[in-house]
Amino acid sequence: MTMRPDPTFHASPKLAMEAPPENFAYTLLLSPDFSKPDALAVIDAKPGSPTYSQIVHTVTMPNKGDEFHHFGWNACSSALSPLAGHAFIERRYLIIPGLRSSRIYIIDTKPDPTQAKIHKVIEPEEVFKKTGYSRPHTIHCGPDGIYVSTLGGGGKDGTSGPPGVFIMDCETFEVLGRWEIDRGPQTLHYDFWWNLPRDYMVTSEWGLPPQFENGIVPEDLLSNKYGHRLHFWDLRARRNVQTIDLGANHQMALEVRPAHDPVREYGFAGVVVDTTNLEGSIWTWWREGGKFHAEKTATIPPEPAPKEKLPPLLQGFGAVPPLVTDIDLSMDDRFLYVSCWGTGEMRQYDVSDPRKPKLAGSVYTGGIVRRAPHPSGKAYAGGPQMVEISRDGKRVYWTNSLYSTWDDQFYPDGVPGVEVMANVGRSGGLELASDYFVSFPEGYRAHQVRLEGGDCSTDSFCYPSA
Amino acid sequence: MLSVGLDWGEASRTLGWLWLALLASGIYHGINPGMGWPLAVSAGLMERSPRALLGALGALSAGHLLATFLVLLPFALLLALAEWQRPIQLGASLLVIGFGAYRLIDRRHPRALARIPPTQLALWSFAVAIAHGAALMLVPIYLGLCQAADLDAAHQAAGALVTANLAMAVLVSLVHVLAMVAAGGCLGWLVYRYLGLKFVSRSWFNLDAVWAASLVLVGAAALAFNLASWR
Repeated sequence: MTMRPDPTFHASPKLAMEAPPENFAYTLLLSPDFSKPDALAVIDAKPGSPTYSQIVHTVTMPNKGDEFHHFGWNACSSALSPLAGHAFIERRYLIIPGLRSSRIYIIDTKPDPTQAKIHKVIEPEEVFKKTGYSRPHTIHCGPDGIYVSTLGGGGKDGTSGPPGVFIMDCETFEVLGRWEIDRGPQTLHYDFWWNLPRDYMVTSEWGLPPQFENGIVPEDLLSNKYGHRLHFWDLRARRNVQTIDLGANHQMALEVRPAHDPVREYGFAGVVVDTTNLEGSIWTWWREGGKFHAEKTATIPPEPAPKEKLPPLLQGFGAVPPLVTDIDLSMDDRFLYVSCWGTGEMRQYDVSDPRKPKLAGSVYTGGIVRRAPHPSGKAYAGGPQMVEISRDGKRVYWTNSLYSTWDDQFYPDGVPGVEVMANVGRSGGLELASDYFVSFPEGYRAHQVRLEGGDCSTDSFCYPSA
Repeated sequence: MLSVGLDWGEASRTLGWLWLALLASGIYHGINPGMGWPLAVSAGLMERSPRALLGALGALSAGHLLATFLVLLPFALLLALAEWQRPIQLGASLLVIGFGAYRLIDRRHPRALARIPPTQLALWSFAVAIAHGAALMLVPIYLGLCQAADLDAAHQAAGALVTANLAMAVLVSLVHVLAMVAAGGCLGWLVYRYLGLKFVSRSWFNLDAVWAASLVLVGAAALAFNLASWR
């Protein structure tokens, strides 16, 4: 309990943008063959520092096979919620779920990120027992606790009962229980986020554990059995109020990115692949007249490629799908970054007019066929994947791995973990920083990045910028 | 009734202090962000209209008013049992002290308050005032005012006494909430119009301990006063 709100809590997105830039980037490392314990890497992101773009600390977990994927903070700017009326917690603990093991690690980043250590471990049995869910995934810090989305329901393979969201206490880290009271037609889960003062949540769909744990299931994909719907919820009533089907061919609606400014009642979602033409797509959703709407507002075409250059999975198609596996929205809600993990492209869209995204910038790193090298001259396997934007919107960080078994199918030559960064031009445009290239220890892949003091996919706000 | 024989000057001085204490409690609750002025700022900014700020203040006041009145109500009715005045006053003081002590020891914040929909500000304000003991803080002041006002009407019929006590409860609640909404409203308006949102996080101090101590203090002061006046 503190006497003042944490200085990294900001009332509005605008104030968050004006805060000092990040000095550290936290990145999750996973051992794809489960031969080593997963880890959290702390990277020096302070320009001019002698250890810039190097790992300055590693927290190695005591177990193997956790499969780290996404993670988040115990508290963020949402703690300034006037409804909570109590902003006296610290942005201090990183909550790291093991997607495969359902174990959750709480990492203490104080007194200094370079001394980060394990604070608590929540064993999978506690998650199963108290929630009936498994495979915890996305973490969001809410004003009343930590929200965790899960990809699996009960039972060994996570298919007995639907997956959903559960809540943890943000100080004791006790698992409190399920969030949903009425889930409506929702049976699949992936990402979620919200608009706190407007009181709604949006969730998306990937697939059930048997559809991803041992790799992508091509028959399921071609028969459109992965998720393709968005669910809209009354946040405080914990009720599903509307479900929008994007169309069964729009397979895997993954990341949900609402506008940060709570006055704006819209957001975006990325769809990995359209099974009719291999396109990736960006969808804009919005609320108008008390109803939610969604429409496809940008598409990214596949790139034809000779069969011999393609992994077996794609040889029948003669093309590389862009595979939109992550999107992220800048704090000022102006630029949407889109990872095309298949074609190796990081796209920047100007979404000032949210229903008319305009391509504003693009750089290439890796790609199934393109294999674009990094300007430092170092090899970059895989494609742009988990993307994170600095609060001030000037730097965009990304890593290259999607998910252990899927990496092996799309990039059979391997995906050694790397993290890169691109600088954003004043009025858009992207340029890779040749001096920021983090390579990780042998045998590790890298997934989500979190920035010291908050980032564009962590903090949510209760006051508008204007 | 007052065996120590306060003269009229002393009695009216006591009365004056009690009214001042009531006003002070209103201002204190008003400027405490935990009682809701940031919600009014948020509402004003979200709707881009000062009218929304005022509307939010209205809802917050209504909730606080209801909570205050409902907490005072049982005491207003109990006071009709004139011969039980002393145990009621002592009990009320101990209750306030006890609640303050409990808040001092158990510092967990009721986070469930954040689960009340932002469209139900009156309900939120009501729940907050009850959960934090804001309304309870007024009980000793209220009892003191009833007692002081009662000086010239020591032997009224029970029915008239209840009516008088209820009227006093309404008055106390109204004065407290007016002071609160004036203080919180001024602060909210200043932040909305001039100071900017940075003030929200900058001005926010953890008042948990101070708040709990205030409860203990108010209860203890009432206890001491009661004991002294009945000696």
